[in-house]
Amino acid sequence: MLTATDISKSYAGVQALRAASFDLRAGEVHALVGENGAGKSTLIKIITGAVVADGGTLTINDELVTQHDTAQAKRLGIAAIYQQPALFADLTVAENIAYGNEPVSLWRRVDWRARHEHSAALLARVGANIDPERRAGNLTMPEQQLVEIARALSANAKILILDEPTASLGEADTQNLFRVIGELRAQGVAMIYISHRLEELAQIADRVTVLRDGQTIETHAMRDVTRDDLIRLMIGRELSAVFPKRAVKHGDAVLELRNVTCAAANVYDINLQIRAGEIVALAGLIGAGRTELARVLFGLTPADSGEIRLNGERITINSPEAAIAHGIAYVPEDRRQHGVILPLAIDQNITLASLPANGWLNFSAERQQAAALVEQLGVKTPSIFNAASNLSGGNQQKVALAKWLATKPRVMILDEPTQGIDVGAKAEIHRLMGDLAAQGMAVLMISSELPEVLGMSDRIAVMHAGRIVGELSREEATQERVLAMALGH
Amino acid sequence: MNQIFNKYQRELSAALAFAALLLVVLIVAPSFYSFGNLRDLAVSNAAVLIIALGMTLVILLGEIDISVGSQFAVLSVVAGLLAKTGLPLPLVAVVVLLIGWMLGALNGALIAWVRIPSIVVTLALMVIWRDVLRWATDGAWVQGLPASFQWFGLGQSAGQAVIVIIALLLAFALHWLMRNVAAGRAVYATGSDAEAARLAGIRPPHVTFHVFALLGAFTALAALLNSLRFAEIPSNAGVGLELKAIAAVVVGGTAINGGRGTIIGTVIGVALLGTIGTALTYAGINPYWEKAIQGAIILAAVCSEFLFAQWQTRRSITA
Repeated sequence: MLTATDISKSYAGVQALRAASFDLRAGEVHALVGENGAGKSTLIKIITGAVVADGGTLTINDELVTQHDTAQAKRLGIAAIYQQPALFADLTVAENIAYGNEPVSLWRRVDWRARHEHSAALLARVGANIDPERRAGNLTMPEQQLVEIARALSANAKILILDEPTASLGEADTQNLFRVIGELRAQGVAMIYISHRLEELAQIADRVTVLRDGQTIETHAMRDVTRDDLIRLMIGRELSAVFPKRAVKHGDAVLELRNVTCAAANVYDINLQIRAGEIVALAGLIGAGRTELARVLFGLTPADSGEIRLNGERITINSPEAAIAHGIAYVPEDRRQHGVILPLAIDQNITLASLPANGWLNFSAERQQAAALVEQLGVKTPSIFNAASNLSGGNQQKVALAKWLATKPRVMILDEPTQGIDVGAKAEIHRLMGDLAAQGMAVLMISSELPEVLGMSDRIAVMHAGRIVGELSREEATQERVLAMALGH
Repeated sequence: MNQIFNKYQRELSAALAFAALLLVVLIVAPSFYSFGNLRDLAVSNAAVLIIALGMTLVILLGEIDISVGSQFAVLSVVAGLLAKTGLPLPLVAVVVLLIGWMLGALNGALIAWVRIPSIVVTLALMVIWRDVLRWATDGAWVQGLPASFQWFGLGQSAGQAVIVIIALLLAFALHWLMRNVAAGRAVYATGSDAEAARLAGIRPPHVTFHVFALLGAFTALAALLNSLRFAEIPSNAGVGLELKAIAAVVVGGTAINGGRGTIIGTVIGVALLGTIGTALTYAGINPYWEKAIQGAIILAAVCSEFLFAQWQTRRSITA
């Protein structure tokens, strides 16, 4: 039904997919698995026409697809359902299902009765007991998902893409969803099923394809592979990069968390200790609560309960200012968004978090400090007065780091510090992390890249569903063990 | 040099347009350059300049305040009534500035903490202040102002000079402060990316609140200085003033989405929009064209901003 051959795609120089091949048969549930960043989302986006591939061919219903876009995908009967339902919250269920899928009558007059009946029939088909006249925004998450499936059916979808559909479902709703999937399969609908829950694949999938580093590795019939096979295939790489891990003598505990909970951030009962000179990695899948924990530590979503201790003293962190005052620095994940302020000059970015307390700027001191940090971190720029928007991603990340080094922190939290930057800059940032630890800083690194986690850290705390489910020392940790814990086993 | 050109390109193009206007007028109607005419222009634009200065900060935040015209009317009448009670002028000034600060602070509080969009808040308060004033005064003008009030009691020419000097001093002071004070940096950072600013330990709501309050105080100063010029104060003062101020800020190169712009640019913007009407009259063009030409200049300024932004993103993608 659908064949993708040698698909490649790069974003701003980062290769998201290289030679990915994939085929989908009518009436099968084909699972797609891989680590964070393996290229699953990119492949899906190419199939739905949301992004255009750089190379490769896509054949749907034995026709070579050129000029693919979302409208074309819809005509070809491709529909995608994402983890977060995308319904029009203020329209009714019937209106959502009908939107764009109704036959156009004279003067585009709406036949309300037909619309209602059509929706009711589709909802019955997916086993949803929902009044078509309810406002979509008032539905629960599983209900919204079923409405989305009904909408896809209304569009006559032949290929249905389900991206982590069970991530926010309870057991009963999951089973109901599986029943619906089973019925659709019997009706000949082909489904691509993406999930990190490997155990459910055995129940629902017919075949499975493993993606790794932008390549499709192997495709198997689901009954031929075990969970451990899949984990091995998902990792399956040598530790290729050499990490400049330095032996640093660890001091006393700098940051200590005891039973820290923040319900609003979905982070529960965190116990963690970071000592001076230590690099601790937070591993886990996307949505496991790693960034959320970092945001709690930085006062963006203050903890509800539990204790945070800094150098043994109990502190309260209820705002970023408080965190900064306590010597905690946070380099956020989304560098382009919030790590640096793009229109501001490099020197102004670097001094932004350490503006003088008395309110008077001292240009010469500011420039000296910025120039020193630019030099120390090796930011490649003709001038410190250039806007940060002119820098490459790696250099922007260095400026974000410089901004926090200027505050002379005791704890440095780095959220995906090397995501989307080139190899050279990556190595420099790793070297720098080593330097910071050697200077006695406590470093907390969040990374989705297992080799980086294993290569850079002294200790690894693995998160799953908002909790730390285990800690591994540098010696104990292997990719398999970390991934298995992250998957919740 | 090239860098300075890039950085202040928008200010430079406004300055260039202003220079071109002055040059054309110099050739077509040199009588424009009489001392009396220039003085009148300076005096009549002083109030707009002061409000535009405060408005620059508001727009740098990516916000807008369209209630300043109504605030201006309220504050003018308050200034007049206070002066009539025989209060000494410095005291009148302090009270009026304080009330102006409070009017602005009300806007700021609703925008920063209740999180209502600034266009909605200031639209509502624009109508409210205007109608409160109409109800309170029955449309009557404030008349019979004490002689010591007009022109600071200094006489016309000295008084005029003082007004212009105050406005220009304020512009220079604000220009200097925006560059040399941490709060100025916080305004730029918040306007560029409020979340990034928050992550750097800046409190964006505080910045927003204080900027709106400051604009209120500036509006009060403008109202006060303007009231000194006349023997009576109309209760419908300041109609359309908000648009004049916003237009000058935009023409002066401040990005309407916030984050980029300078005080110098606003000064140029006020000068350009403030003189063009008179210049056209001197050049013998029907003054009915004035508004249309002002509108065209504003549109050109905003268009160039967005075209430039698009060109820059295209360039950064291909780079």
